[in-house]
Amino acid sequence: MSRRRISLRQELPLLVWLVFVWGALWQDFSPGNLLFGALIAVVVARLFYLPPVELGGRFSIVRAVAFAIVFLGKVVAASFQVLYLAVARGPKVTNAVVAVQLRSHSDLMVTATGHVISLIPGSLVVEVDRSTSTLYIHGLNVRNGEDVMNLRKEVRDTEAGLIRVMGTKDELAALKQEEGA
Amino acid sequence: MNPEVSGVDTVIDTVSAVFMVVGALMSLGAAVGLLRFPDLMSRMHAATKPQVLGLFLLLASVGLQLGTWWVWPVLLVAWIFQLLTVPVSAHMVGRAGYRTKHLHKELLTTDELEAVVQKAADKRDADDDETSGPA
Repeated sequence: MSRRRISLRQELPLLVWLVFVWGALWQDFSPGNLLFGALIAVVVARLFYLPPVELGGRFSIVRAVAFAIVFLGKVVAASFQVLYLAVARGPKVTNAVVAVQLRSHSDLMVTATGHVISLIPGSLVVEVDRSTSTLYIHGLNVRNGEDVMNLRKEVRDTEAGLIRVMGTKDELAALKQEEGA
Repeated sequence: MNPEVSGVDTVIDTVSAVFMVVGALMSLGAAVGLLRFPDLMSRMHAATKPQVLGLFLLLASVGLQLGTWWVWPVLLVAWIFQLLTVPVSAHMVGRAGYRTKHLHKELLTTDELEAVVQKAADKRDADDDETSGPA
């Protein structure tokens, strides 16, 4: 396997993140400390080589903020729902494992969707089929076919939101076409 | 005491008190879920998820109480690492749990993974038979 060189631009989000962690851990954001952190970040990124994350090439900050707010709202709502289920239903709760086919085939998008869906209480990614980009999701309190449809729609909507934030142009165009139809 | 300052302080104290109580409630919910849910998979929901909100609320109240800007980046980093690691651990345990059959099938209304796993297992058995020999 040949090691493809990755451009600095592609590596930049990782480096910025590493420098931010460095500054946060030292609790010191003075220029000298950040410069030293940047130096270490570059050395670490060169020495401990990881497969590059293939970004979609676009990022919408407005959409990201909107997505984050909706996400937090869902987490709050679902946390209370799981709390209620734990107390009220307990052992009688019924679940389901549902296969959801995603639109995107990019690893980043499948990972991000799986993460977000796992972080919202009540759904958990059990298995990923990378070749067909299908997520198998364990849903809490899925009682009937309608709930299964809701869960599937929820996952697809989450993916749509992520595509709007950072999907490639092709994915975005496909999404718009699908919505228009 | 200066009344204007204490007014702001009261708001901060109230908000962080609410955050702390709700955050602790979420952790309690996780404990209750662990005890009451019937199988590993549904327990995973309780064990991993309320922490996301609970930790967020507790960290936010820590940030509010310390009242210095430089703790916020650390708290943010702590929370983001939690966001990154929780789904992975939940997935690994859930996946292993499903494959080792630590779940109550009768409580699943739908299972669209069973056929896929069964097919993979059959295929692996067939491959093993073909290449069987002294190991």
